[in-house]
Amino acid sequence: MTWSATARGAHQPDNTAFTQQRLPAWQPLLSASIALPLFFCAGLAFIGLGLGLFYSSNGIKELEYDYTGNPGTGNCSACALADQYRAPPLRCSCAWYFSLPELFPGPVYLYYELTNFYQNNRRYSVSRDDTQLSGLPSALRHPANECAPYQRRASGLPIAPCGAIANSLFNDSFSLWHQRQPGGPYVEVPLDRTGIAWWTDCHVKFRNPPLVNGSLALAFHGTAPPPNWPRPVYELSPDPNNTGFINQDFVVWMRTAALPTFRKLYARIRQGNYSTGLPRGSYIVNITYNYPVRAFGGHKLIVFSNISWMGGKNPFLGIAYLVVGSLCILMGFVMLVVYIRYQDQNDEDEDEE
Amino acid sequence: MGDAPGRGGAQRRRLHKQGRAEKYELRAEGPTSMGSLAYGEDLEEEKNSAFTWEVKANSRAFNSQFKTSFLCWQRQKYKSNVIRTAKYNAFSFLPLSLYEQFHRASNLYFLFIIILQGFPEISTLPWFTLFAPLVCLLTIRATRDLVDDIVRWRRLGAGGAPPHIYHRPHPRSFLWKKWANLCVGDLVCLHRDNIVPADLLLLASTEPSSLCYVETADIDGETNLKFKQAPPVTHLELTNIRNMASFQGKVVCEEPNSRMHHFVGCLEWNGRKHPLDSGNVLLRGCRVRNTDTCYGMVIYAGFDAKIMKNCGRVRQKRTKMDRLMDKLVMLIFASLVLISVALSFGFWFKVRGFKAKHHYVSSKHLHGVATETFFIFWGFLMLLSVMVPMAMFITAELIYLGNSIFIDWDVQMYHAPQDEPAKARSTSLNDQLGQVEYVFSDKTGTLTQNVMTFKKCCIAGVIYGPDEDKEESPCQENPYLWNNFADGKLLYRNSRLLCAVRHNEDKVVREFWRLLAICHTVMVQEKDNQLVYQAASPDEEALVTAARNFGYVFMARTQDSITVMELGEERVYQVLAMMDFNSIRKRMSVLVRNPEGSIYLYTKGADVVIFERLHKKGMKEWTTEEALASFAEETLRTLCLAYKEVDEGVYEEWRQRHQEASILLQNRAHALHQVYEEMEQGLQLLGATAIEDRLQDGVCDTIKCLKQGNIKVWVLTGDKQETAVNIGFACQLLSESMVILEEKEIVRILEAYWETNNNVQRGKGHRKNRFLPQVKVAMVISGEFLDQLLLSLRKEPRALVHSMNGDGDEPWQEPDEQRKDFLRARRVSLMWRTLGIQLRSSGLAPQVTNSGTSESPEVWRERAFVELASQCQAVICCRVTPKQKALIVALVKKYQGAVTLAIGDGANDINMIKTADIGVGLAGQEGMQAVQNSDYALAQFCFLKRLLLVHGRWSYMRVCKFLRHFIYKTAASMMVQVWFAFYSGFTAQPLYEGWFLAFFNLLYSTLPVLYIGLFEQDVSAERSLELPELYTAGQRDELFNYRVFLQALGHGTITSLVNFFVTLWVSHDSAGPVSFSDYQSFAVVVAMSGLLSITMEVTLVIKYWTVLSVLAIILSLCFYVLATWATQSFWLFRVSPSTFPFLYADHNVLSHPSILLVVLLNVSLNTLPTLALRVICQALKKAGPEQVEEAPSEEMITVEPGPYLHRGSRGRRSSYAFSHREGYADLIMQGTSLRKAPGVHSDMLLADAIPSEEEPTPGVRASFRSSRKMSLLGRRRQPRQAEVSAEETQPAGPASASAAADRQRGSVGQSPPRKRESAPPPSGGPAQPSGPPSLRGQPALPEENGSPWKIPILSWTSWPYSWQKLLQPPGEGPAPPPGRSPPEAGPTPPPAAGESPTDGQPARGEPSLSESRLSPT
Repeated sequence: MTWSATARGAHQPDNTAFTQQRLPAWQPLLSASIALPLFFCAGLAFIGLGLGLFYSSNGIKELEYDYTGNPGTGNCSACALADQYRAPPLRCSCAWYFSLPELFPGPVYLYYELTNFYQNNRRYSVSRDDTQLSGLPSALRHPANECAPYQRRASGLPIAPCGAIANSLFNDSFSLWHQRQPGGPYVEVPLDRTGIAWWTDCHVKFRNPPLVNGSLALAFHGTAPPPNWPRPVYELSPDPNNTGFINQDFVVWMRTAALPTFRKLYARIRQGNYSTGLPRGSYIVNITYNYPVRAFGGHKLIVFSNISWMGGKNPFLGIAYLVVGSLCILMGFVMLVVYIRYQDQNDEDEDEE
Repeated sequence: MGDAPGRGGAQRRRLHKQGRAEKYELRAEGPTSMGSLAYGEDLEEEKNSAFTWEVKANSRAFNSQFKTSFLCWQRQKYKSNVIRTAKYNAFSFLPLSLYEQFHRASNLYFLFIIILQGFPEISTLPWFTLFAPLVCLLTIRATRDLVDDIVRWRRLGAGGAPPHIYHRPHPRSFLWKKWANLCVGDLVCLHRDNIVPADLLLLASTEPSSLCYVETADIDGETNLKFKQAPPVTHLELTNIRNMASFQGKVVCEEPNSRMHHFVGCLEWNGRKHPLDSGNVLLRGCRVRNTDTCYGMVIYAGFDAKIMKNCGRVRQKRTKMDRLMDKLVMLIFASLVLISVALSFGFWFKVRGFKAKHHYVSSKHLHGVATETFFIFWGFLMLLSVMVPMAMFITAELIYLGNSIFIDWDVQMYHAPQDEPAKARSTSLNDQLGQVEYVFSDKTGTLTQNVMTFKKCCIAGVIYGPDEDKEESPCQENPYLWNNFADGKLLYRNSRLLCAVRHNEDKVVREFWRLLAICHTVMVQEKDNQLVYQAASPDEEALVTAARNFGYVFMARTQDSITVMELGEERVYQVLAMMDFNSIRKRMSVLVRNPEGSIYLYTKGADVVIFERLHKKGMKEWTTEEALASFAEETLRTLCLAYKEVDEGVYEEWRQRHQEASILLQNRAHALHQVYEEMEQGLQLLGATAIEDRLQDGVCDTIKCLKQGNIKVWVLTGDKQETAVNIGFACQLLSESMVILEEKEIVRILEAYWETNNNVQRGKGHRKNRFLPQVKVAMVISGEFLDQLLLSLRKEPRALVHSMNGDGDEPWQEPDEQRKDFLRARRVSLMWRTLGIQLRSSGLAPQVTNSGTSESPEVWRERAFVELASQCQAVICCRVTPKQKALIVALVKKYQGAVTLAIGDGANDINMIKTADIGVGLAGQEGMQAVQNSDYALAQFCFLKRLLLVHGRWSYMRVCKFLRHFIYKTAASMMVQVWFAFYSGFTAQPLYEGWFLAFFNLLYSTLPVLYIGLFEQDVSAERSLELPELYTAGQRDELFNYRVFLQALGHGTITSLVNFFVTLWVSHDSAGPVSFSDYQSFAVVVAMSGLLSITMEVTLVIKYWTVLSVLAIILSLCFYVLATWATQSFWLFRVSPSTFPFLYADHNVLSHPSILLVVLLNVSLNTLPTLALRVICQALKKAGPEQVEEAPSEEMITVEPGPYLHRGSRGRRSSYAFSHREGYADLIMQGTSLRKAPGVHSDMLLADAIPSEEEPTPGVRASFRSSRKMSLLGRRRQPRQAEVSAEETQPAGPASASAAADRQRGSVGQSPPRKRESAPPPSGGPAQPSGPPSLRGQPALPEENGSPWKIPILSWTSWPYSWQKLLQPPGEGPAPPPGRSPPEAGPTPPPAAGESPTDGQPARGEPSLSESRLSPT
């Protein structure tokens, strides 16, 4: 303010709205006349939303089966018995028979669900090396310390993928067979094992190390698979676009769950005749029972579900919206009562003023 | 009590000698502090006062041999004169500021956590989560420190090194040297208007007697001149530069200390020792005035200088809120530990399972259960450490800073005439400004402008006010143009009076102005052909200037003459005697022989004093008195003027006695007083002057406003009681309807309080009400009384010894005064002692009564006093020392637990400013000392209103809202971690992404809270000022306290619960290609819900929506978007995949509509209920306050206390006030200060005889305006006062007879028990002189009585004093005949009795019995 320095004291503060704290302001008063309509509108909107959610959630079909194999719960008990030990015999199989009386509309998703499995255990969830998984060759040979004790084999070979999460990869596998007519042949329903992970995960976050001589196996040369794995990582799938670190089962597994009970997507059913859903008929799910859960009291479930615009079946959200909406309206009425009760007084006061 | 006077006496003498030029050295300074509030400083100083400081003149070698060593590091003992004000330099900045920062517990805690994070076993959070905020915090703080330091360095560095000064190492001449190069022992030559560069011993000056005038505005804020004087020996010897060069004197004195007006030392030179006191010392920062050249020797340089010692050690003040915040943080921390422990227990049970059963993690839990649990505990502690709101401190600091800047910026607190904006020097006390309950104000320069203006006068009964016709000729030419000497600054104009003066016909008018021109102690100086008056008091200057403008120009004075230009005619008056003003005489007289040869006595003084001495009383006197009353109404300060012609013969005879008296070796002052008294009789009244001690603008309004805001205003002043009370009325602190308590009443009340307290034991509930009846009460108390009240028990022995040994050596004091003081001291102390004894003997010790806490009697009486005082509407403490000011503040702080604010402008206020919670310095014309020590600097008192009611209230409200919201926000966002622990197997898994945690408090949620802290306004500034009642919320800590804290915490917890569990339940069985059952999505949803909930809450909290608030909210959301986008971007992921693991998490999750619905659900669940609550609360509150406002306002209690108030009916309030200091008349009469032929030094010897301007003993001045005051004692018995007084006159005789008998025995050293017998307990009956007679009670005794002051003595039942024997003519009758009537009563028909106090029965107006005793029946 040099131009006016002569006109006023050198130390005179600027007389602006900001310095004088007189900025043009809006001082809203939470009057009932604003709040009441707001509450009623919000209440109605929420109820509407809640109804929509509730019905769309109800429209979603879900079929789940606990194949943990607790005694007396189906034919997986035999495998489950073997599960008493840490390392179950490979390829113990069992099956789940079910029949659909009507079309299970598509797209149908196949999930597996684990309970009481603490993927969010801190020690567990940090036991990974994102650098290694992002395909950096140096990290491939030098896994991060967080991976210990699944960092290196006793032989000194680095483990790829390292860490407890990778080591505990869910290795049950499912195949779905459909019998159109009773007594007819069982046709295998094609399960699409791709597109089950976040696109960004299997295209950005997880990368295979650069191929050596066009071979993924050579790229992984000098590393060892995690101790629990029967095969090296590059043999996870015969599909070259779905093997190694970018194997989608693996990627899905590596996206750890938030809660001890979680579902993970196993496959989508969307091909051929089954793109519209599962037609009625009998089905067999052949389960390769590998994964031990009974030791820690966990359960394994297999779930068929379809989705709507709002995702999977989720009655809670709709109900919650309904509750919130009705609460809003209730609060609106309470406010109305209070307002009416005290309005007279206020009017009088204002008159006095 | 019987112990030797030894040390105390010596100390007193010393102090009195030095007290010449100082205002505040009222009494022995040692023991003014109290045990419970002991100032370590003082004790330290006492210890330091060994005389170990040796300085030899002109000998740097000698002086530099002294070293002090600290460990193995040695340095010069004597500091150089360099003053370094910067705290840091380039190298020390980083380590020092880090060191300072890590002094704060919270920083240390975070450092500790960060170190913990280094251990992978327990590291639950990524390293950057806490590191980033801490670095930000440290950087912000360090930057602020640095800026502060630079600012300080700029400011002081510029002012601290004024260019050059003469200094001599050269034998021939003085050389220019920089200040910084001065060393201890150097000789310095100063010229007129130089600033003294260090504490100097004045060696010589060009003035007669080596006087040197200094202005101490920079030190104590007083603008009038003070004089210092060189020791006689150096004055005589060091007459030229050569002598100076060879001067080898050695000064031995105390170590440097902070006592400004205290210096004791001696000068060793040529084998002899010469005493030095503070009258010989020029302090650094003074300005030399009126003195051509003076020479001094540096004693204390640099930081050793007294002023620097005083500036030092700025105590860090902390606000209530700050302390509360600390406590809350501790609380939060403690609860975190508890939660961590609890969660670790959870883990304890889980970990077995993990180890044994959960094969996928068992290899990660290799340690033993206990070890694992131990690790997890630390892990949780670290995880939850984000709950300790570290960012709160950063943000709070920014807020404090911002609010301080707003104070600086406020145009309405800018004082244009001085070009002085308000300045918040401390940036950490703003919120406390909104909680002030007590304001302690200085008077001079704070409430008043310290400008005395001649406002009105009354000549011969005619009042001449200022002309009212200003609007007719606004620019009328100066009416004083005819007068060459007129001072244009006088605003007083009255053409009628001017006419009267110029016609020169009325003798009274002539004598009136002549008196004003002659009777004063002003010094005159010619400067640029203009007369410049140097007065000891602004009052005098105003009077003399008025006379000057009316054509009676005081031209010059010599030792024995005064030259006055009277309407163009120069007349020289021969001064025969000058009877100086002092606070007991309350008048000043000059005896002159006019050019015609006749002798006149001119007297001016307090109305009561003058009226007692009038020759006759007629119509003129009557009207004058009415005029005085009207002046008093206007709270003008009045002086009465009177004169008489003295016969040559009478004068001759009087001169003899005067001569005799003035050569007396003992009791000279007293004898002189007596002689003066004889002369000042039978005066003729000329009129009265009324001077306005102009209040600063808006003082009344401000005080009224503050009172409405329930802020108590206490005035603490070093000034006299009359002046203080006058100002009290002027600024409407006191009102006519108030009952003013004075010492006696206070004692009575406290006594009663004690009794009731003892009887109604533990009656804490109604204790408060017991004090006072329902009337408006004010308290006027003096420093001396305060000392006695609060310290007498401890100090009693010494006090008594002092009085007992008050013989010739003691500076003189009017005996009845002394006696009275003494008695009062005794009474009070006895009372306390009785209490003390009661305490010990009876089982009712206050240990029992006072809530079980052990309270010593000292504590008890302090508490009682403070409680009493805080019941009063107004408290005025006069004649208090700076230390007492601080003491009072400390007392209130201690016993009321209230926030105190001290405001002052002078150095005498520094102590109080530093002691109070908030110190406000007025940057007036009176130096910068107060400002330098203050937290806030204002230009005018009236800005205090805005500072407190607007800025203070806003700051408080803002900080409270900010804190509340911050705590809510922290709880809402971070409690989720705890809930998540239940689902993650108590493994201390963080729920949020590390970057979210790191940025949440820094970026995502800070701006809106910052906005609240900086800009929020609940009501506008105007409304705040209109409704001071709003201020009380802060005093009651309403907006933030433990309740609010818990509320906020609870609210936050609920929000976190909603966010977590709703998300949890929704996610439970939802699945799909893009579900949020995975950890990252879940974290994103919860974080997002939390952030939005908090933001919504902010929008509800903000009541003052501006562009900035919208911007703040949008920006913080933008920050979230940007930072999330950045930290989850591929680019950063490529750099370090493990640091940025949440690759595209938000993008994936939030692109799904159903997840947005979840977020919406969370946010509305959090927002809508609080919104509803707010609406309902507001509706209820709106209905509420109207009833509350009906609470009894102040006005309601103003109900007249009825017959007890008798203004007007029983005598008016004397509005006499005169801030004059004695001593100048002596200076003039001895010619010490007047330029005469050099070499006349004989008067030097007399210098010591100059009476000190301060009274020696802690005497309590009687109040002579006490006609208004209501003694509770008196009130109770008033109805039968007449009879009682009639009865009482009888016993007076015998009582005093016995006293006389005592005296004859001449026992000087009374033993204590005996005294107690002779001094009746204070609760004694009316017959006992419980209340000292006021000065007015001193009867106007006729000439027939040789010693007028003996009557009061005799009226006291008392014990002998040694001086009484000396002065009492042997055989003097015990008491005057009780029924004697005043001689004046005969000739003049007195006005209706009781209406005028001048009729020789001044005590009539007094309700106090002891005084009515004196009056004839």
